[in-house]
Amino acid sequence: MSTSETYEGSQEMTSRATTDPTELARELGVLRLPEGANLDPTDYDVEVVEDETMIINMGPQHPSTHGVLRLMIELDGETVLRTKPIIGYLHTGMEKTAEDLMYVQGSTNVTRMDYAGPLFNELAFSMATETLLGIEVPPRAQWIRMLMTELNRVSSHLLFMATNGMDVGAVSMMLYGWRERELTLAFLEKVTGLRMNHNFIRPGGVAADLHDGWQQDVLDLCEAIPPRLAEYDALLTGQPIFRERTEGIGVLTQEQAIALSTTGPLLRSTGIDWDLRRNMPYLFYEQVEFDVVVGTYGDAFDRYAIRLNEIRESLKIARQIVDLMPEGDYRVQDKKVTPPPRGRIDESMEALIHHFKIFTEGYKVPEGEVYCAVESPRGELGCYLVSDGGPKPYRLHIRDASFANLQTLPPMMRGGLVADAVAIISSVDPIMGGVDR
Amino acid sequence: MTVDIAEIPASQSRGQDVLHPSREQYVDTITALRDDGFESCMDVTAVDYYSHHGRPLPEGVNPERFEVVVNLISRSKKARMRVRVQVPADDPVVPSLFELWPGTEAMEREVFDLMGIRFDGHPDLTRILMPEDWEGHPLRKDYATGRIPVQFKHPPATR
Repeated sequence: MSTSETYEGSQEMTSRATTDPTELARELGVLRLPEGANLDPTDYDVEVVEDETMIINMGPQHPSTHGVLRLMIELDGETVLRTKPIIGYLHTGMEKTAEDLMYVQGSTNVTRMDYAGPLFNELAFSMATETLLGIEVPPRAQWIRMLMTELNRVSSHLLFMATNGMDVGAVSMMLYGWRERELTLAFLEKVTGLRMNHNFIRPGGVAADLHDGWQQDVLDLCEAIPPRLAEYDALLTGQPIFRERTEGIGVLTQEQAIALSTTGPLLRSTGIDWDLRRNMPYLFYEQVEFDVVVGTYGDAFDRYAIRLNEIRESLKIARQIVDLMPEGDYRVQDKKVTPPPRGRIDESMEALIHHFKIFTEGYKVPEGEVYCAVESPRGELGCYLVSDGGPKPYRLHIRDASFANLQTLPPMMRGGLVADAVAIISSVDPIMGGVDR
Repeated sequence: MTVDIAEIPASQSRGQDVLHPSREQYVDTITALRDDGFESCMDVTAVDYYSHHGRPLPEGVNPERFEVVVNLISRSKKARMRVRVQVPADDPVVPSLFELWPGTEAMEREVFDLMGIRFDGHPDLTRILMPEDWEGHPLRKDYATGRIPVQFKHPPATR
């Protein structure tokens, strides 16, 4: 065993006076410099007298850090000099747990990772499993998946609207955001039975068909939410105080975004036109019409505007799905993967055996490894799945968007004020369940 | 040293492109891929093949216990590329990609924390998810879930 050789330093931030200049320079030059530019180690920061800086902890229980994120911030007065995000407070070893769960149970586990977008976790996991199994999912199941994930995107972005409003001081926005989110959650609950952690999208299809009259429910939702979004526009978008708090705050450049593996609204806010739904389509996204919303300045306001407009685009997709939804099976008709319906178990010995086998042993997934990615509300959510031919994943790794996006905090917060720090954390929209897994 | 990507053992896994450079070729291969249009690194992870023997690998690649897996994306080509590099158990070290993409910092720390693979040249290789005084690397296959000591078992002292 080689564990003894590893170096485990402390997760501490030392004061500027005792920090090695090369380390300070690294934190500053954490982003690649243009070709030929050399970092001057003496020019790593604004002039500060050593003992005037202060290191404070923000979190892990700070209300605006969205869960248990802890930031160590070095301050000069009210100016943020350095930031170090410290995570792991919500780590529950779900990747390890997944190795002990069968594929049928797997989606129950992964759905708890990014808990604001649970259906996306399930989708990435199910797509990876299906790719390994080599099964073709029926079209209706795929359309249901699209509908559900788009509505989940709406509820996730509404959660962002609510918390973002609260973080910059518009407390009434929180109530409005929650109110609209409730509408989408009610629909998700009607279909899946649960408001969160649905375990609805499973390898082979979805857990249940849509209920009668779902079309009207979706159309009602598409009717109800856009006027509320117009209210948000009146309340926040055009409001001078809100714009003052978000415009030009937490600016991220394109080079930084690419170098830091950023994805999702954070990447699009810098002007990079990239959305997996359009650029590398999965499900049936090439058959629906929607716009990819792109920002210009890469600041907190752009990220707010992108998410607000993505709600509109998602509703546009949902409206199209109502017309395009085909008839057919909602899960694959493969007895080795899909458990038989309850009624068949009483009639057929074979169905009983299959039911028993699936829930005791699970199904075996051929040996191999795949990486499948979907566009979650926070960016690319990838699932790397390795199978050794048994009924349980040999290794499951989830590439969570917020985990990578959190690395943009130090460059975005540098030189800003403490009050802006709150707006910046909020604009990244990290979900700590996904970050820590 | 430059590396010709065409000479690196390649394979297909369910239609996805995979390259298998050796540890010496690792950084050069990824640099070459980056210059070839794979401008972003999406994911760095690792697999412990301790109890899974005989996985299919292309000719010329010797299976080792660990495998570091890097997922790259090319936005211009709309393509993905996966790089799997074999890492022996008695010397679990690979060069860091930090110089290429600073965004791999947290991902490499996660691999170090959970799998115990060290990254040469990483600026701050500390635990990221587990408590900093944790012993062992939980995602290794010889790290059983059942024998984690409970950290907080004593009730607070009575007054």
